[in-house]
Amino acid sequence: MEFKTFVFYFLAVILVFAALRVITARNPVHAALYLVLAFFNASGIWLLLQAEFLAITLVMVYVGAVMVLFLFVVMMLDINLDRLRQGFWSYLPVGSLIGVLMAVEMAMVLGGRYFGLDAMPAPPDPQAGYSNTRELGRVLYTDYVYPFELASLVLLVAMVAAVALTLRKRKGTKYINPSEQVAVKREGRVELVKMPAEKD
Amino acid sequence: MNFVVPDFYPAAAEIFVAIMALVVMLASTFARGVRWLAYALTQFTLIAAAFVTIYTLKGDVSYTFSNLFIGDLLGDLLKLLIYFSMAIALLYGRGYLADRNIDKPEYYVLALLMTLGMMVMVTANHMLPLYIGLEMMSLGLYAMVAFDRDSARSTEAGMKYFVLGALASGLLLYGMSMIYGATGSLEFSGIANAVYHQAANKTVLLFGIVFLMAGISFKLGVVPFHMWVPDVYQGAPSAVTLIIATAPKLAAFAMAVRLLIWGLFDVAEQWQSMLMFVAVLSIILGNLAAIAQTNLKRMLAYSGISHMGFMLLGLLSGVVEGDRHYALNAYSSAMFYAVSYVIMSLASFGMIILLSRAGFEADSIDDFKGLNKRSPWFAAMMMFVMFSMAGIPFFIGFFAKLSVLQAVVAAGYLWIAIIAVVMSVIGAFYYLRVVKVMYFDPPVDPAPIHAPAELRVLLSANGLAIAALGLAPQALMSVCAYALLASL
Repeated sequence: MEFKTFVFYFLAVILVFAALRVITARNPVHAALYLVLAFFNASGIWLLLQAEFLAITLVMVYVGAVMVLFLFVVMMLDINLDRLRQGFWSYLPVGSLIGVLMAVEMAMVLGGRYFGLDAMPAPPDPQAGYSNTRELGRVLYTDYVYPFELASLVLLVAMVAAVALTLRKRKGTKYINPSEQVAVKREGRVELVKMPAEKD
Repeated sequence: MNFVVPDFYPAAAEIFVAIMALVVMLASTFARGVRWLAYALTQFTLIAAAFVTIYTLKGDVSYTFSNLFIGDLLGDLLKLLIYFSMAIALLYGRGYLADRNIDKPEYYVLALLMTLGMMVMVTANHMLPLYIGLEMMSLGLYAMVAFDRDSARSTEAGMKYFVLGALASGLLLYGMSMIYGATGSLEFSGIANAVYHQAANKTVLLFGIVFLMAGISFKLGVVPFHMWVPDVYQGAPSAVTLIIATAPKLAAFAMAVRLLIWGLFDVAEQWQSMLMFVAVLSIILGNLAAIAQTNLKRMLAYSGISHMGFMLLGLLSGVVEGDRHYALNAYSSAMFYAVSYVIMSLASFGMIILLSRAGFEADSIDDFKGLNKRSPWFAAMMMFVMFSMAGIPFFIGFFAKLSVLQAVVAAGYLWIAIIAVVMSVIGAFYYLRVVKVMYFDPPVDPAPIHAPAELRVLLSANGLAIAALGLAPQALMSVCAYALLASL
């Protein structure tokens, strides 16, 4: 076995294992960490395919930023696992029947017959000095500038939506106004009361 | 490598709406006290965008942004209808939102960006802008559904819609990637070319179409991807339900047309048989489930499922055994159906908003009891809407159903036509029940209706339009046919 093939199978096996653990792990924090592992292995496979820019982006954006944020959210949320698992056994027969059926159908189509090397020949090796990043940047800002600009507006929608849905004053929260805290004077905090001396 | 600056002219309306969405956002940030500003600017944008679209209207088909954008009559017509229905929906909903204290400027920014998403969808010539437009529209909608944060129902509906919508987007993307794998192109003409020359692997292509169909079905809200429709319609604030039930249906129609007819016309027999399954089940389930509803919004949701099934009847009868003779007729009947459904939907949800007031939702059928005593005029308007939705002659809904059924019969699917007719007779029961309740039951709440004048005037115009278009449906029908003819 060629070394490259070995590396591919090595990464692929870990990837599939990690992906399975994401959906079977009992603890959501573990599931998120397995997802990190899955992303990492996927980026290794992309490196093998000579998509080095995308591989690095996957590690930096997903592993570095998105998943860390996700972990924080998962840790802060108080998820009641028992409630999540309610109805698992009653849905299992139907769910697994449909799941197995779909998996078999997908395996029939996605097997090597239509996507093997005979059906889809490997792209020719790029010549020396070929830069993935440069090529991506070139099409992104010329041919695909329209969806690129639209994607930025999609992000704007997400931002406006997130702010509109979460930025609100709820009744009964212990809301702190920092400027009032900073500008506080002694008179606001301490009250001097003159009391007659007590005789006993 | 030489880069040619794309021609911005055909996309002028999109660029205008995008800039104005940013302007509305900034303006309402800096002028916080002026409450009407965001609303006024949004309405101005929608009206001005209509003028820009009409001004840049061209009879022929133009491509720009390296063929990612298509400017044709179909797109322009659908864009005009989208501005129109968004403007009316925002006008109807304004008082409702103010009563519940959720008429924040962000609502209008999201509405404008959502409109932009729909415009991108109807002018997409490539899977990429189509998908991005769809996401822009859906993300805005998810947030708007959950906009009433003090209502648990609204938040739940938003969450449900978001999770199921994300799943549907995933299915759609998977289907798109399979079609890309089979044809080697994401552009609709490239896909059509590969399919025509039989360069594409048919098994993989069909596999992709199945997933594509799942995504389209979800966005249209048809069986078996209809589960979200009743919950979201009921849970969302009525002003948002009004938006979900109108303009996005036109965008979803455009998505179906672009993907299936522009891209995959040569395998029409395959996707037609899938649509047949979806359409027949939607008509049956929608009409039967609507009978059991006591909540009017839920009833209209189920009736919407059956209406979308009817609309698909037009799309599935285009090609008969390789004969494309009927295609234009069938597709224009589907488009006519979509447009008339939007007009009826605007009026029906508008009526719910009209009867609602601060702290009270008129979304139960009982709330319409004795409406004739409270306001004979609006009772008549509601009767027009219900008659039209039931398909009683001579309202617009009748001609929509008629033209779709004609297309189905011409394609030789007599059994589908029989099921559709039987089901719409069953469906007439629950529409007529609303009419019966309005005219023959004593009112629960005898108070006269209080509503802003503009809502009263426009709702009356909307109801009268349903009747007037029913008397002269030819004009709208021929516009639909002409737009499709010029674009095909």
